[in-house]
Amino acid sequence: MAFLELQGLTKRFGSQVAVDGLDFAVEQGEFLSLLGPSGCGKTTTLQMIAGFVAPSAGNIVLDGQDLQRVHPSRRGLGMVFQSYALFPHMTTAENVAFGLEMQRVARAERDRRVAETLTLVGLSEFADRYPRRMSGGQQQRVALARALVIRPRILLLDEPLSNLDAKLREEMQIELRQIQRTLGTTTILVTHDQAEAMALSDRVAVMNRGRIEQLAVPYEAYERPANAFVASFLGRTNVLAATGRRDNGALRLTIGPSSWTVPSLEGERFLVTLRPERITFVQDGGAGLPGIVRTSIFQGNHWLYQVETESGVVSVIRQNVGGPAPAEGAHVRLGWTAEDMSVRPLVDRS
Amino acid sequence: MTDAADPAGARGLAPYALTAPALLLFAAVVLVPLVMTVLLSFHDWGQYKGIQPVLILKNWREVVEDSYFHEMFLRTFRIASWVTVLCALIGAPEAWILYRMRNPWKGLFLLVTLGPLLISVVARTLGWALLFGGETGVINHALLRLGLISAPLPFMFTETGVVIALVHVLVPFMVLAVWTALQRLDPQVENAAIGLGAGWLTVWRRIVLPLAMPGVLSGAIIVFSLAASAFATPAIIGGRRLKVASTLAYDEFLNTLNWPLGAAVAVLLLLALIAIIIGCNRLVERRYGEAFQ
Repeated sequence: MAFLELQGLTKRFGSQVAVDGLDFAVEQGEFLSLLGPSGCGKTTTLQMIAGFVAPSAGNIVLDGQDLQRVHPSRRGLGMVFQSYALFPHMTTAENVAFGLEMQRVARAERDRRVAETLTLVGLSEFADRYPRRMSGGQQQRVALARALVIRPRILLLDEPLSNLDAKLREEMQIELRQIQRTLGTTTILVTHDQAEAMALSDRVAVMNRGRIEQLAVPYEAYERPANAFVASFLGRTNVLAATGRRDNGALRLTIGPSSWTVPSLEGERFLVTLRPERITFVQDGGAGLPGIVRTSIFQGNHWLYQVETESGVVSVIRQNVGGPAPAEGAHVRLGWTAEDMSVRPLVDRS
Repeated sequence: MTDAADPAGARGLAPYALTAPALLLFAAVVLVPLVMTVLLSFHDWGQYKGIQPVLILKNWREVVEDSYFHEMFLRTFRIASWVTVLCALIGAPEAWILYRMRNPWKGLFLLVTLGPLLISVVARTLGWALLFGGETGVINHALLRLGLISAPLPFMFTETGVVIALVHVLVPFMVLAVWTALQRLDPQVENAAIGLGAGWLTVWRRIVLPLAMPGVLSGAIIVFSLAASAFATPAIIGGRRLKVASTLAYDEFLNTLNWPLGAAVAVLLLLALIAIIIGCNRLVERRYGEAFQ
């Protein structure tokens, strides 16, 4: 039996289904991300686990205990809100101590644990500051400390880093991961930032329209997306139309002048998804999809190209390893291997 | 206009020029009458000689030394204090309930709460007079009929009656002030407290109330000063028998025709209110400045 189990969890707001029969399990000590666009039901799911939103159907079982019979104040979960929701009339130390006071932890023990947790998040010098006098990153740490100090059974993070600037967000990601590893707290993170989800989690649940599209370790979900939604949501991707012809139990796939042999599939027309970083510029004379570089954007460690081909505009990412880079307007040929493509039949929806 | 081509002198004068019309209006309708009232309070007055434009302390000595005036001012501030406390006790929970309501109920009930402000104070107070008024008043009539009381309760011409009517008139101001304070809150703070193990009573005592407190205090300042300077309600419910500072000043002006004495009463009321408001503001800032500014 898993540590936390969601069984057919559903939430309807009027006629609208926000969360549609979610089933998944989280192991003890695991870091799971719920990743999806806004309105996909990820925050509602978290709110149901926390107990702030009542499910329309389904069960939440934590450590063998039906959570819906437990009042939100007795669930023993630690939550970090997107807005932090700090108590503005209390100092950092008072904010962090609040949960321990509610648990009636003795004064000396309380002071010790507050100091310990503030040290963990690197805020020991700010114990007497009011939230209003602190930066966004510091407030975020207070919120994290306040949730961690009660030694929660599960740490729930609702877009905790979305209000921070890019550099700070990256630092906090590393810190969050380290703290979670040190304490071994089971953690569920809600985010719309695929890079954040992949950087932090053991497993990612990609959500869309109240359902889970794919639940896998980040590498797996990125390399072998279950469907087009997952492919387009996790990182950049190219979708190209291809035609195919069966040939000795394999499939001969053709895009423009190039063709590849891939495992057999039903159908004649296919869609190919292809990561931009897998595409190379073929050197003079080699075979490949011809195109013209329309834009070339330098991004420090890599170049991002938009190449116009007969199959549409293709994004290409090349690492900046010091070699010559094609200029805008240059004629190029794009090459990749059969293993770089994920192929599915084109379903006629008309 | 801060064009680079503008001469520096014209730019320096622009703020004064732009605010001058409003400042002139303010001076004409507020400052001048106020200064004249203050001067008036130092003039002499006699039954047969009328107002004498001299500067003496006679009126002020009378107001400060005569126990009759002490009683009036004590009553005024006693009534205002009761009204403020009751408005806070009714208005703060009311504002919180409004804040927690969902649309369309929120909008509807906000309108119901603030709507009475659109009706004249005189009309609302006369309504209370109908409800109270002696044995024929609706409330006493009903209570007598139900056998809950044996004699009509005295409402008219009592402090209780004035306090009840003033609370009714002024409670929307408290609701507005507290509601504005709650509006600035992060709606998730209550959930944050619940998630950390707080019951609803603890959430109220430790989170909602302290956060609403600046609103309650600023509402209290508004309600107190409006209650202490209210005229129509004490005049109708309290009448001649139960005078407060504002009705006293009115009577000195229009019945006794002792304008200078009336002016002294009015100026003293103003000074007392200013002192109380500034004192309260100081208190609020010292107590809550760190967390809320």
